Amino acid sequence: MLYSETVLDHFANPRNVGEIEDADGIGEVGNAKCGDIMKMYIKVEEDVIVDVKFKTFGCGAAVATSSIATEMIKGKTIEEALKLTNKAVVEALEGLPPAKIHCSVLAEQAMKSAVADYYKRQGIDPTPIVGEIKECESCH
Amino acid sequence: MEKRFIYADNAATTNITKNVLDAMMPYLTEHYGNPSSIYKMGRDAQKAIEDARAQIAECFGCQAKEIYFTSGGSEADNWAIKSTALRLGAKGKKHIITTEFEHHAVLHTCADLEKQGFEVTYLPVGEKGLVTAEQVEKAIREDTALVTIMYANNEIGTIQPIKEIGAVCREKKVLFHTDAVQAVGNVPINVKEQNIDMMSLSGHKLHAQKGIGLLYVKTGVALNNLIHGGAQERSRRAGTENVAAIVGLAEAVKTACADIEGKIARITPKRDRLIDEILKIECTRLNGDRESRLAGNVNISFLGIEGESLLLLLDMNGICASSGSACTSGSLDPSHVLLSLGLPHEIAHGSMRLSISDDITDEDVDYIIEVIPKIVERIRSMSPLWEDVVERQPEMEKLMKFVSPLKV
Repeated sequence: MLYSETVLDHFANPRNVGEIEDADGIGEVGNAKCGDIMKMYIKVEEDVIVDVKFKTFGCGAAVATSSIATEMIKGKTIEEALKLTNKAVVEALEGLPPAKIHCSVLAEQAMKSAVADYYKRQGIDPTPIVGEIKECESCH
Repeated sequence: MEKRFIYADNAATTNITKNVLDAMMPYLTEHYGNPSSIYKMGRDAQKAIEDARAQIAECFGCQAKEIYFTSGGSEADNWAIKSTALRLGAKGKKHIITTEFEHHAVLHTCADLEKQGFEVTYLPVGEKGLVTAEQVEKAIREDTALVTIMYANNEIGTIQPIKEIGAVCREKKVLFHTDAVQAVGNVPINVKEQNIDMMSLSGHKLHAQKGIGLLYVKTGVALNNLIHGGAQERSRRAGTENVAAIVGLAEAVKTACADIEGKIARITPKRDRLIDEILKIECTRLNGDRESRLAGNVNISFLGIEGESLLLLLDMNGICASSGSACTSGSLDPSHVLLSLGLPHEIAHGSMRLSISDDITDEDVDYIIEVIPKIVERIRSMSPLWEDVVERQPEMEKLMKFVSPLKV
């Protein structure tokens, strides 16, 4: 299993690990049966993600994708954050082994799921904004 | 604590020891003749191969002509199973008995035979990872061609009652093959006393080089040609022999077999200290029976942890280990061996195997014991699954019964 230096760095020194006590949105995707769970917490002020934290149960790639995804959305508006794709996550990590691409999908979904939760708490239907959050295809 | 480098993955492969390399070197340098050649350099190479065969035969209590050199354990497994299936299948015997937790070299070969109309019984191995001779006896039918059961499991190290299984097979007149790749050099083996008809082994698991192994086939058991061509390996497996590797394999087998009891006595206390100390961590379990177990095998699951993360952090601390997690297998399913014990996926994902050799020191053991709890704590602190365990979420109940209790 060949990981890039960036993946190993994010695994060894994950950014934004932890929880946000008074989070405005919390998203959890994946399941333990498949070996990956990602939980993302966001703090939102005037449509800007001012803080983000994550907890991940999973492999090196799962930790690294969560870590870099939090870096990529922190300080961004929700609109900008929602443009984050798993491809961008993979690129930012300088590639992932083929078997680990699903981890980048989980990272994108964890972020979207947290945003959806944020909207729900506002009484807003998140689906038109965030879209359907499908379960990871490879988890079936 | 000073960082150390500890290789604790000897069930994956081993280093070539100096005596093995020294035995091989002349055949890689000055004695490079083709064993089939008529001149002295060729004859010397031929003699080296036959001496090696005789040495190995002596270690396993068989005759030299019953040993066929192969490229490794997988080839030997494939050869034994396919040859028997082809010969006996033609006589209407199209049933094979094996276990759920064999190496893939056996399992995938059996699966391929199923596609060709064979029926395979996969014996369950229970929570301890052991099969019994009674299970085998009950599964044998009129049309059973072969029983193939591994001597010791590669992941959890459990040692099967091979002699008893062999006795049942003899009584029922069914051929018995064992994949002894993990057992050779770690368990005393005598193929005659233990009623073994065919046995596979691999050199690189016992300090010889990669790419060499052998298949023992009892006289009287018919064996199909694996590779057609020249007359090498009694015309069963053509191709110019890997002389140096064969000589190295004989040296490795001889060295290992000369001191099995001594090795077991040296390694077992270290293994036990690793197991006892690591199991002090909450929500852990030892996978596989503790008693009938290879002297160097430790396989422990940590709830709330995914194995690959654990391996990466161990590596960063200089420790080479392996895991049955899905992430290390390239699929999403964890190890079939751990699942065969009845473990839930979540527990199987969190497994770690240490396989220690004679090289390991007490200081190495101290170091591992010091490093692992810190790594486990670090991974658990960022695991949402562990969060659910600590908060005693109801859905965790089904997992908690497989591991030691949570400390309050």
